[in-house]
Amino acid sequence: MALEREKHLAERSLLTLTETELQDMYRMMVLIRRFEDKVAEMYMRGKITGFCHLYAGEEAVAVGAIRALYDKDYVVSTYREHGHCLAKGASPKRVMAELFGKATGVSRGRGGSMHLFDAELRFMGGYAIVGGGLPLAAGLGLSIQYKEEPEIVCCFFGDGAIPQGAFHETLNLASLWKLPVVFICENNFYGMGTLTQRAICQQELYRFAQPYNIPGVRVDGMDVLEVYAATVEAAAHAREGHGPYLIEAVTYRFRGHSMSDPAEYRSKREERIWQERDPIKRFRRRLIERRISAATLDQIDREVDAEIEEAVRFADESPDPDVSEVTKYVYVDA
Amino acid sequence: MEVTYVKAINMALFEEMRRDENVFVMGEDVAELGGAFKVTEGLLEEFGPDRVIDTPIAESLIVGAGVGAAVMGLRPVVEMQFADFISCAFDQIVNMAATFRYRHGGQVSCPLVIRAPAGAGVHGALFHSQNPEAWFTRVPGLKVVAPATAYDAKGLLKSAIRDDDPVIYFEHKRLYRSIKEDIPEGDFLVPIGIAETKREGRDLSVITYGGCLHYALDAARIVEKEDGLSVEVLDLRTLLPLDREAILATAKKTGKVVIAHEDRLTGGIGGEVAAIIAEHAFDYLDGPIVRVGMADTHNPFSPPLEEFVLPNTDKIVAAIRRLAAY
Ligand SMILES: Cc1ncc(C[n+]2csc(CCOP(=O)(O)OP(=O)(O)O)c2C)c(N)n1
Ligand SMILES: [Mg+2]
Repeated sequence: MALEREKHLAERSLLTLTETELQDMYRMMVLIRRFEDKVAEMYMRGKITGFCHLYAGEEAVAVGAIRALYDKDYVVSTYREHGHCLAKGASPKRVMAELFGKATGVSRGRGGSMHLFDAELRFMGGYAIVGGGLPLAAGLGLSIQYKEEPEIVCCFFGDGAIPQGAFHETLNLASLWKLPVVFICENNFYGMGTLTQRAICQQELYRFAQPYNIPGVRVDGMDVLEVYAATVEAAAHAREGHGPYLIEAVTYRFRGHSMSDPAEYRSKREERIWQERDPIKRFRRRLIERRISAATLDQIDREVDAEIEEAVRFADESPDPDVSEVTKYVYVDA
Repeated sequence: MEVTYVKAINMALFEEMRRDENVFVMGEDVAELGGAFKVTEGLLEEFGPDRVIDTPIAESLIVGAGVGAAVMGLRPVVEMQFADFISCAFDQIVNMAATFRYRHGGQVSCPLVIRAPAGAGVHGALFHSQNPEAWFTRVPGLKVVAPATAYDAKGLLKSAIRDDDPVIYFEHKRLYRSIKEDIPEGDFLVPIGIAETKREGRDLSVITYGGCLHYALDAARIVEKEDGLSVEVLDLRTLLPLDREAILATAKKTGKVVIAHEDRLTGGIGGEVAAIIAEHAFDYLDGPIVRVGMADTHNPFSPPLEEFVLPNTDKIVAAIRRLAAY
């Protein structure tokens, strides 16, 4: 699926990344997976309510891409953004607390699962409107250009956003003005129950770069190193003033669209095939090949489990927002 | 026959599609999935993919293409998966659809129906909870309905589909499976533009619609039992055009009016209803017009905050008592 060149770059990054960096990437992928598993459990127990979209299966995309950025770069995401937010460095405690609707949550309980935001970390938000984050990314890029700053923006969106006008409007402008934005399309083949074949006229989504005169590549989104290597290139391109870049990361969500979707539109066989490409298991195998011991990785797993337990405890014990502050944040407070 | 609100909407679609082959349904996940809320379930099986059409995620296009089909004489029923996303189609609704007939001197009409699941109380946070009706009730050329019962849901959708002008049909998603009632078999219509008294009373009127109707009816029962008050409940059903006659009749009858809706207070329908009463029934009033609605804030995710900002039975009871004591 991915081109030979992308595979080659991925192999190279396995050699150029330090052991600590590789372990960190592994840790983050495991953290996201276990976090999402725990969210599902808390949802079933009624601790988390509302509309909740999990990222399990797609970890390699967020982790690979965000690893390739600098800390000060900006990230824009969608409503399926727990993974991106954690990968950008948000505290699992405060993300979990947000899902619980608590005052200690990253968005102080106002936004919930779909509206995580951490200004300090330059995580510029999940957003529940499909395609709605793309124009925002252009605006962030414009501001960076305006102030002549060295940062870039990394904007994640789903295959489902491509039919929205906002996608086309944004790519045109970003290309025209050479805005420093890396667009990452998470192609998981479905927008809710609709296959991309029934929604988009072009199945190779990276080809949407061509009419907008920008580079586009497709990568294996189940391979964290491939996503990483492609984003390194794309980020350098954007940072050096050459304008935007489109990466299509081919991936798969292991669960339904949201907690209330049994995903009956997919076959068990299809799900199994993708489970076999589990990005975490795959990365783990490669790390072991690179002589990182299984014991080291097991130790990471255990540490992550403890961190998630701690996050749940924190969220559970945190207070609800105070109802006297119900109109707070609508405007800048005097 | 006892049916839920969601079933009533579904039945109206079936019956209208059988009656008129120009009626078709279009929207995100409406066909194979049967809709995010299963409102369009079964339609694909009976009517096939030419008349039950899954679209890409593109609200502006869904409405705009609906307008195009409507002016060609078809009768599209398009779905916004959540009413909150209707804002993505705003231009096509208020500029394209609403003005179509007027701006061409009446040459062609635009018989389009836009269905939009609205309403809070499902912890949907900012963009899965809104009640955006008031954005549209000041746009001439549109009609806006918001049924609160299974009977009205069915009858109003049928009327909307047969109407020659664009109609926005707001269905309250909290009601889909929470209410059930006996409705007659077969074809019946509920006329657009006509409110209905859902409960007769003498002392005070509650004027309401949509999700709040049920709170208002509960509140009326509570104050009857606990305070001996006789409360009339008027269900507007149609928000554009408003049934001024019915509004004035109940205001004149009881002299005390509470207006309740789930939409925000500022700029909500309640303001228009209050203005109609103040202008044309001032002499009949025995107290100030009292409004109950959502606080002027966004729909918060936090469940306690959400509960705090939304109207409910208790808040309507309190408003009734305050006004009754005036
Ligand atoms: C403007 C808008 N229309 C519709 C929806 C409802 N909706 C939420 S997610 C979704 C599917 C999006 O699919 P995709 O972009 O591929 O992202 P994925 O869920 O696969 O990560 C839809 C239709 C929405 N949130 N916003
Ligand atoms: Mg998708």
